[in-house]
Amino acid sequence: MDFTYTDTQDMLRDTLGRFLTENFDFERRRKVVASDSGRDPGIWKALATELGILGAPFAEAHGGLGGGAVDNLVVMEKLGEAIAIEPYLQTVVIGGGALKAAGGALADALIPEIIAGDAIIAFAYAEPQGRYDLANLRTTAKQGGGGWVLNGHKAVVYAAPWATHLLVTARTGGGQREADGVSLFLIEAGLPGIVRRDYPTVDGFRASDVHFENAAVPADALIGGEGAALPIVEQVVDEATAAVCAEACGVTRMLHRSTLDYARQRKQFGRAIADFQVLQHRLVDMFMEVEQAVSMTLMATLKLDLPAAERAAAVSQAKAKVGKACRFVGQNAIQIHGGIGMTDELAVGHYFKRATMIEGQFGSVDHHLGRFEALTIAA
Amino acid sequence: MDLNFTADDLAFQGEARAFIAAHYPPALRARQERGEELGKEDYLSWHRVLAKQGWVAPGWPVEYGGPGWTATQRYIWSEELARADTVPILPFGINMVAPVIYTFGTAEQKARFLPRILSGDDWWCQGYSEPGAGSDLASLRTRAVRDGDHYVVNGQKTWTTLAQHADWGFFLVRTDTTGKPQEGISFLLIDMNTPGITVRPIITLGGEHEVNEVWLEDVRVPVDQRVHEENKGWTCAKFLLAHERTGIAGVARSKRGVERIKAIARTETDGDRPLIADPFFRRKLAELEVDLTALEFTELRTLAGEAAGKGPGPESSLLKIKGTEIQQRITELALEAVGHYGAPYFRGFGEGDNAQAIGPDYARRAAPTYFNMRKTSIYGGSNEIQRNIIAKMVLGL
Repeated sequence: MDFTYTDTQDMLRDTLGRFLTENFDFERRRKVVASDSGRDPGIWKALATELGILGAPFAEAHGGLGGGAVDNLVVMEKLGEAIAIEPYLQTVVIGGGALKAAGGALADALIPEIIAGDAIIAFAYAEPQGRYDLANLRTTAKQGGGGWVLNGHKAVVYAAPWATHLLVTARTGGGQREADGVSLFLIEAGLPGIVRRDYPTVDGFRASDVHFENAAVPADALIGGEGAALPIVEQVVDEATAAVCAEACGVTRMLHRSTLDYARQRKQFGRAIADFQVLQHRLVDMFMEVEQAVSMTLMATLKLDLPAAERAAAVSQAKAKVGKACRFVGQNAIQIHGGIGMTDELAVGHYFKRATMIEGQFGSVDHHLGRFEALTIAA
Repeated sequence: MDLNFTADDLAFQGEARAFIAAHYPPALRARQERGEELGKEDYLSWHRVLAKQGWVAPGWPVEYGGPGWTATQRYIWSEELARADTVPILPFGINMVAPVIYTFGTAEQKARFLPRILSGDDWWCQGYSEPGAGSDLASLRTRAVRDGDHYVVNGQKTWTTLAQHADWGFFLVRTDTTGKPQEGISFLLIDMNTPGITVRPIITLGGEHEVNEVWLEDVRVPVDQRVHEENKGWTCAKFLLAHERTGIAGVARSKRGVERIKAIARTETDGDRPLIADPFFRRKLAELEVDLTALEFTELRTLAGEAAGKGPGPESSLLKIKGTEIQQRITELALEAVGHYGAPYFRGFGEGDNAQAIGPDYARRAAPTYFNMRKTSIYGGSNEIQRNIIAKMVLGL
């Protein structure tokens, strides 16, 4: 039994934390989020070159640091503490995860580009009718012109406006919700026939609805076997879910910390509101939610290498618990702040909004409880 | 005991329903259905229709322009408004300052202010909270000093809802700094165009400009705009808070909210079935409805007590707590129901923009509304304060 981080992981955490404090404080975030592009490309470039952290979970053979899921956890937690909007989840965890799982020439070519900060990948998986079912796909890929032709509509693709590449799920066979027939493509984002509608999201990111209109993609864009990619997609989404759990740990920890500070300093009825027992107990309940979120995130992250069913059960347990923590800690952070917590001016509301979006990301509490039940409780 | 409406009540219900169907502004309906943000004119357009009919102030005594309805009729009316999803009649004039004026005001004040509140000619805002006086309202520090037949007012108010549109505001100000804090407060009516008043927007979580800071710098207010005696403002404030809380249960609006979620959940898919067939989702809807029924019948009991001559007492804190919790749960379920399309944020995107094509209409306001409704357990006396009131006033602790 060992829950200690390696020296490299400690250094990763400290370096990233310091960098974000110095370069992406709340006022800076506010300006960047409101800008035309909604991001500061210099931050991403600095993560790649100055800090060298984009290679954290990649093999040394690809130019990475040789780490894995725990390194992703460390990075995501720190990004959460700063409510950073860098597309690390989409590019490194998901895009990189899919490339690592599939291997081959495409991985050899693209992973070094990710590490260098030159490639940004967005994950186009969700569809308007699909909710959280990864196999529920209407987007199709048909063979033609020596490659594939894509048609369909992907919903709310985070980071798509910034992306150089899209990781796309599409059907090459099978019925709308069948496991067989799901294929995965990694394509250049600017290909003809890809139409994006871009918009900001409530939690400060940019996203797009992406339409494929007879978009021709090359044959070698296929990742994993034709029609047999669902296991890779499920694995990558489980890894991504564990990563947003880690982000949530950072977000909820900051929500708790800032609420504690505020309660100590805010005076009503002649004393600090932190003196009232009803608020002390609430702050304790929030603390316990954060601690359990951390425990569940570690548990799930350390089980990502287990066989699919065990991995899925662990991740769904974690996400169910973390989703509840996001809601409880977020709502009570606003409540204890009172009116001032409702304002756009204070950081706490922006942490609350990110926490709220994490609740639903890759599946709601209900979804993950249902998945856990189905996997583990025999009727 | 009888749970049924009388024949007269049923006839009234039919009349109310028919009136709303015939007279609700169609342009306003269309804007609501597109999920557009509503402005001053939207609220006023419906206000004027009801004012013309004599139905805009159901709670007022007949002599000042109320319709003379029974408590049951008022209840039916609010149900019908919610059922038709009308825009709310803003409470600051009709439900808040007016009862204070007709209860504590002079004949001149009644004649001067009540008709213009009724007609919608004057838009009112509430100057209560201050940066240092929220839950502990009595600690307010905005100062009013007598200078001949005027008060000179200096201070800062905050969370002043829709003050950017207001013609008039009712303010709690300190006129005496000796003695207990509650005993040195007066209730002033202030023309928002008086020199020295600055209104600054506060933008809230959903991106709305709903509340403001109001700064008062050497604002001269005629003494005849004070309601009730000097240093008796706390009496007005307590009276008003009790009035504010009776409507706050929001049962009828919440029923409408539940129906709206059901409609969304019938449209949204979850695998091979609509979301409404999902056992988790159904169970949460069912629990919500059970709690809403409990709230409804608790409110009806309060209403019956009122009809029998008992004023709304500290029990109304129960209605506020449970009412706002239910309102918040409705927004939680709505956000869960819309799935991925809760994330896009469309503020600043105009009509004809690509916002029109992203996701279903009903998803557009789900997240901002969820964020915005967090205010309900904070305003009007936070739910923690309401529990203190019940503990002290009802349980005698």
